[in-house]
Amino acid sequence: MSNTESTATTAASDFALDTQQQSLGTFFRNYLGRLKGGELGVLPAVLSIVVLGGLFTYATSSRTGKFLSLYNGANLVQQAAAVIMISVGVTFVLLLGEIDLAAGWTAGVTAGVLVTALQKGQPLIVAALMSFAAAAFLGFFTGYMVAKIGIPSFVVTLANFLIFQGILLLITGKKGTVQLTDKTVRAIMNKNMGTVSSWTFAALIVGGFAWNEFRKSQRDSATHPMIVAALKVLAIASAMIFITSVFARDRSKSETIKLIGFPIVIPVVVVIVALLTVLLTRTPYGRHLYATGGNTEAALRAGINVEWIRLSAFMMCALVAGFGGWLLASRAGSVDPQMGGNDTLLRAVGAAVIGGTSLFGGKGRLPNALLGGLALAMIENGLPLVGKAVPFGLVHIDFNESGIKYIASGSILFLAASLDALSRKRKG
Amino acid sequence: MADPGAPILELAGVNKSFGPVHVLHDVDFTVYPGQVTALIGDNGAGKSTLIKCVTGIYPVDTGEFRFNGSQIAVHGPKTAASLGIEVVYQDLALCDNLDIVQNMFLGREIKRAGFLDEGAMERKARETLASLSVRTVKSVRTPVSSLSGGQRQTVAIAKAVLWNSKVVMLDEPTAALGVAQTRQVLDLVRRLADQGLGVVLISHNMNDVIEVADRVCAMYLGRVAADVAIANLRPADAEQIMKDFGAGGPSEIHDRTRKRLVDLITSGRSGDIGLQATEA
Repeated sequence: MSNTESTATTAASDFALDTQQQSLGTFFRNYLGRLKGGELGVLPAVLSIVVLGGLFTYATSSRTGKFLSLYNGANLVQQAAAVIMISVGVTFVLLLGEIDLAAGWTAGVTAGVLVTALQKGQPLIVAALMSFAAAAFLGFFTGYMVAKIGIPSFVVTLANFLIFQGILLLITGKKGTVQLTDKTVRAIMNKNMGTVSSWTFAALIVGGFAWNEFRKSQRDSATHPMIVAALKVLAIASAMIFITSVFARDRSKSETIKLIGFPIVIPVVVVIVALLTVLLTRTPYGRHLYATGGNTEAALRAGINVEWIRLSAFMMCALVAGFGGWLLASRAGSVDPQMGGNDTLLRAVGAAVIGGTSLFGGKGRLPNALLGGLALAMIENGLPLVGKAVPFGLVHIDFNESGIKYIASGSILFLAASLDALSRKRKG
Repeated sequence: MADPGAPILELAGVNKSFGPVHVLHDVDFTVYPGQVTALIGDNGAGKSTLIKCVTGIYPVDTGEFRFNGSQIAVHGPKTAASLGIEVVYQDLALCDNLDIVQNMFLGREIKRAGFLDEGAMERKARETLASLSVRTVKSVRTPVSSLSGGQRQTVAIAKAVLWNSKVVMLDEPTAALGVAQTRQVLDLVRRLADQGLGVVLISHNMNDVIEVADRVCAMYLGRVAADVAIANLRPADAEQIMKDFGAGGPSEIHDRTRKRLVDLITSGRSGDIGLQATEA
């Protein structure tokens, strides 16, 4: 049908961007063009982190509890981890333009099943399977109602918000709080890796990132210039070396206990997010999920089983959020009837949106939820450290008040959602 | 017009009713390889229903399908796709959030060990676009959201011919396009036929039909009013017209051909071609 000779010659002249080697300059010009076109990517999240970090560091510079301290850095990560995990789960349904308002309670129920099973004397592996089976079932139920019955996810998960909360109440029983005694689960949020494992982990991260970047640039040197790949790897490597060397010092405030190395939760979350990212970006399943979120009709005509994509996305959401529940339980050392409630879900959705995931579906990347979650955790963590202050010498404010915290978190979410909506408008 | 050879796709005596409404009456429809067959008719004439019957979206009540000479049973969209029959719908069915390659291979991704083989898909996408002489796309990794209407149409057509298709049906491909983009798409339609595909062009624009089509199938109230080579609709006394009108000759011939097409659409007959009075 096509004659290869003319193909070769026309291809050379046609797909200019694909075939011509891009210099560093054109690469950045293209990036700026994408920004102007409304493709903000991680920029809002990175900016929030930089601005908030700067503000809090400045505001706490004269306090005893400094924002920019090693102890607080580890603390921040542990505060953020559970919300990040739930946020990653919610991203699956956000990509479809759906929402799961009950994801926080799914986390709570999963944690409740885990802890109760452990307390009844089940071995960890059995308790783990039971808790994830519960999460999968909740996700299947939501997905079935949305995909097969056709109820809007907003309504289904609003109903689930109450139902799941009720289930958690029944699980925790009259005592109200179930203690988590299992050492392994508690270690996730409370123990550190030590020096050797931390450096090994850092090396693996940099190695994996470098392998990925160079492979991309080898396959397609035009759109991914080697020089850009090298610069990226260099940046990641120096950042990792800095962070790891900082964490490798003892940050304990007491003489008897040592806190050395990354909190265990960091590699756990990074590995899970990496695996799920591969699922979303490198497999037909992930491609079909994005397609369904972008244009359901087109996905249907392409022969994609849209119902299954919807149903499975809600199950993935519940499973990943369920692991977020593990982290909540691990940090608290127990499960109570409010676990996963309050502002948990709002912060999870906020983390995804600040990380650049669109509420309109089809746009977003899982790893960005990490950055979004960190940005939100900084507010949670930084404001109490600032405490009473007089900004610009105008008014006396106690930044430790919950009201201030909620308003600040809500405002950031507004800002991110506006950017999302405006960038969409811009594209028409 | 030379002998079109054996038809690639043949429908004979197709009837289709939706409840009490008889939408298609004994429709015969033929597509030849290497030719553009225009499917014309007013709104409600049955064009879209016919296309959906061909692709298996609607099951027919009665009628025969022949593909490459052998009789076939169309059970659903999968049958049509496996035979190499592709449709480019008016809304194009592209995902704005995906790029050109991702759209072209949507639902039929090339895999290696279960993972997407992006390199292979990029190469094949470039080859296909190049074979269609598409020169307006800078990168096959451009997101569809940033393409113009004509470029989108091109991507949708390229998606349809990617799979060694035998028949490509285009539903009003130029309806939403400007002058220059219409030009590009019509050229592309012609090139598809020149590559040996059977092309079906649904259009309300008679100028486009006269320019690019080899055959016309005109539908009127669910019946085929005429299925003729476009040459047969040109005035018989073309030479006389050229003499009488001089430089205006070609446009006069064009106008009269156009008038006959419009007659077929609006009344089901034009001169000796079309439905008999009793039939209509």
